Amino acid sequence: MLSVPCPWCGPRDETEFSYGGQAHVAHPAEPDALSDHEWSDYLFVRDNPRGPFAERWCHSAGCRRWFNAVRDTVTHSFLAVYRIGDPVPEIS
Amino acid sequence: MAEAATPVSPLAHLARRLATAAGAVRLREVTFLAQVNLRVDADGPAAPNITRALGAALPVAPNTVARHRDTSVLWLGPDEWLVVGPPGSQGRLSGELRVALVPEAGSVVDVSAHRTVVEIAGPAARAVLAKGCPLDLHQQRFPVGRCAQTMLARAQVVLVPRTAEEPAYWVFVRASFADYLAEWLLDAAIEYGPGAAR
Repeated sequence: MLSVPCPWCGPRDETEFSYGGQAHVAHPAEPDALSDHEWSDYLFVRDNPRGPFAERWCHSAGCRRWFNAVRDTVTHSFLAVYRIGDPVPEIS
Repeated sequence: MAEAATPVSPLAHLARRLATAAGAVRLREVTFLAQVNLRVDADGPAAPNITRALGAALPVAPNTVARHRDTSVLWLGPDEWLVVGPPGSQGRLSGELRVALVPEAGSVVDVSAHRTVVEIAGPAARAVLAKGCPLDLHQQRFPVGRCAQTMLARAQVVLVPRTAEEPAYWVFVRASFADYLAEWLLDAAIEYGPGAAR
């Protein structure tokens, strides 16, 4: 099980969290202007990197806040947590 | 003829069993506490009024509790608190908070019926909770003055340590989960119960 570092509550068990998928997927400014293909890309296609991945988590059984995290998809270690709306932090 | 309804607490049907489980663990329901959910910006213009209404500043450190007389204020989120008072005080509390909130955006909601409280106390209280809760509840890590929203036996709860002298916790649980959680606690407490040493 992962230990997820909630920015408010500190490290908690993964069972207290919901996963929200890739972070920073912006809603298209003009959805009407998109082709069906582009719209389906927005809806369904996500990055699947090997290594650091910025994703959303919600501490649903705790403080119920959404936050962003950078997790290494190889090691499962959390490299950074940061607030919704903040840019992806530099990972050295 | 309409009769005045007598309130029945969510665990009233288990009161006797909870009482007879007493050994190294004591269980009882703390009934009808006033609970008011407050959402407001702790740094906003309404904060001084709220401090005056509650008699204590809103606790801004995560998972901490502020107390004033018989009222506790539990941190639930960076802009969310649970104000807990004695039974029957929900009208006064929510009224005062609603006045204090003006004119800022926020909300005051009486949620007294949402949760009931199971008190678990005694030398083995921590051992019983540890069977279903992943948090480190040792009093050095989880002393009086803190609270935690977490899972206990897969049910969402708010845990509040009550005394420093011996392990004693209030477990806030949804009314609809209370029967399940109380049965789970009764089961988990059997090995520390009155018949256990025989």
